[in-house]
Amino acid sequence: MLLLALDTATPAVTVALHDGTDVIASSSQVDARRHGELLLPAVDRVLAEAGLKLDAVTGVVVGIGPGPYTGLRVGLMTADTFGLALGVPVHGVCTLDGLAYAADIEAGPFVVATDARRKEVYWARYADSRTRLTDPAVDRPADIADQVAGLPAVGAGALLYPDTFPGAHQPEHVSAAALAALAAEKLAAGEELPAPRPLYLRRPDAQVPKNYKVVTPK
Amino acid sequence: MTDVRDEPLVLGIETSCDETGVGIVRGTTLLADAVASSVDEHARFGGVVPEVASRAHLEAMVPTIDRALKEAGVSARDLDGIAVTAGPGLAGALLVGVSAAKAYAYALGKPLYGVNHLASHICVDQLEHGALPEPTMALLVSGGHSSLLLSTDITSDVRPLGATIDDAAGEAFDKIARVLNLGFPGGPVIDRYAREGDPEAIAFPRGLTGPRDPAYDFSFSGLKTSVARWIEAKRAAGEEVPVRDVSASFQEAVVDVLTRKAVRACKDEGVDHLMIGGGVAANSRLRALAQERCETAGIRLRVPRPKLCTDNGAMVAALGAEMVARGRPASSWDLSADSSLPVTDPHVPGTEHSHDHVHEVSKENLYS
Ligand SMILES: [Zn+2]
Repeated sequence: MLLLALDTATPAVTVALHDGTDVIASSSQVDARRHGELLLPAVDRVLAEAGLKLDAVTGVVVGIGPGPYTGLRVGLMTADTFGLALGVPVHGVCTLDGLAYAADIEAGPFVVATDARRKEVYWARYADSRTRLTDPAVDRPADIADQVAGLPAVGAGALLYPDTFPGAHQPEHVSAAALAALAAEKLAAGEELPAPRPLYLRRPDAQVPKNYKVVTPK
Repeated sequence: MTDVRDEPLVLGIETSCDETGVGIVRGTTLLADAVASSVDEHARFGGVVPEVASRAHLEAMVPTIDRALKEAGVSARDLDGIAVTAGPGLAGALLVGVSAAKAYAYALGKPLYGVNHLASHICVDQLEHGALPEPTMALLVSGGHSSLLLSTDITSDVRPLGATIDDAAGEAFDKIARVLNLGFPGGPVIDRYAREGDPEAIAFPRGLTGPRDPAYDFSFSGLKTSVARWIEAKRAAGEEVPVRDVSASFQEAVVDVLTRKAVRACKDEGVDHLMIGGGVAANSRLRALAQERCETAGIRLRVPRPKLCTDNGAMVAALGAEMVARGRPASSWDLSADSSLPVTDPHVPGTEHSHDHVHEVSKENLYS
């Protein structure tokens, strides 16, 4: 097994190769505005580091968010197209699950929260690093204060709002290494992974126009 | 004569607005033109919603690539390059196409060509009428652009002579259709009503046609306001709005200015070929009046069939094939989408270092 994992749902552009046992190469760069430019060179670098070519990959794993859409789509489109060109399966993993896995918490509950911008967070509650208790959601931190009170929390969304998440700690962003390890574990256990479809959680901003603006002077 | 098999086989991806286009060409021969449009999803908003377009591109891309390959009857491994619109266009929408093109080129071990959307609109005519004459004058008119461009080599030299200073021509069609409650997009429906109307019924203004106005620039904002006021006055007086005559007279004002300025540019620059492209080039009156005026002026008119005038992947593939044929350097793997890519950049060549790298990869084609 050789999994290529990538995630662009947080400010991190992160890529990893996993051989079914271990992560054999990885790269993470934090730059919220350059996902499109950084991802392919990162894939190239990670493959070179492992001394492998892309055609050795047997499956692609991609973070499906939730996360800011423009960046999120870079990873999904790249993964989809690799799948098409190589004829290998593409597996989705919830980005928050990747963060929860990397947090390595045996006994929860705890919360994962990432920055959803517009003063909101993407978040979910976990029983432990492998067990999510709630569907990913997008909310204002103050509105979920009751639901997360007293719980440890990880992720940039938690670190950004200490009033709501006083127990916030690292990791800040998801790593493809964690994503790949989680996917490898689930695949080995015969679990089915979600389709590589984005978790947007918000509708597109678009207003149906009421009427055209009258131009005749009053 | 060269064997057509030697001509570059290129797949082109276009996602600058609301059409997911994937085209395949061999040199100047069109093999496939697959388009998935999200226009219906935008109609109720009265215009293209960028986030809706970007979401649709992501969904449509892989099936549209598949469809294009089937239509062309070629295998991805036989491609000589992947071309993609790098700009100008909607930033988020462009990024979906650029991400797909990069991943596809990388996975197949093919060179990547990030190309200019406007130059692609010109180059597509090679698929219809053969190699572009050099120089070529091009009038590009759509919902997003209205430009007069002069090109001596579509892969390296595109000079802007004029452009709209306010609305694009297609935008004016959309807005007038809205005032008339005809829905979105406005171009085709106004064209249809205009056929049954009198183009001289109402004398609407011709923007920027005064002696001291810039010779090749366009303005449609004043016309739009004038038409809207005329309609509102009719409504205020309790009279019925003659939709056919308004459509015909408005359309005439637009295409009169477009063709007049394009023909003048050809004469001034001594160019005997005029190419018209972009979505508005599908307008039947624009095609007819351009034909008439070009004939009078001794200019050869080249307008591709309507499906090649609107945004599509074949136009991107056509320019990509020309890049390959003329040995232009490929783009690098850090190619970015540039929503305001200048029209003077027909493509986005990579840095010397990454160019070498592309060659290295292309020699080690995964499937060879
Ligand atoms: Zn266009």
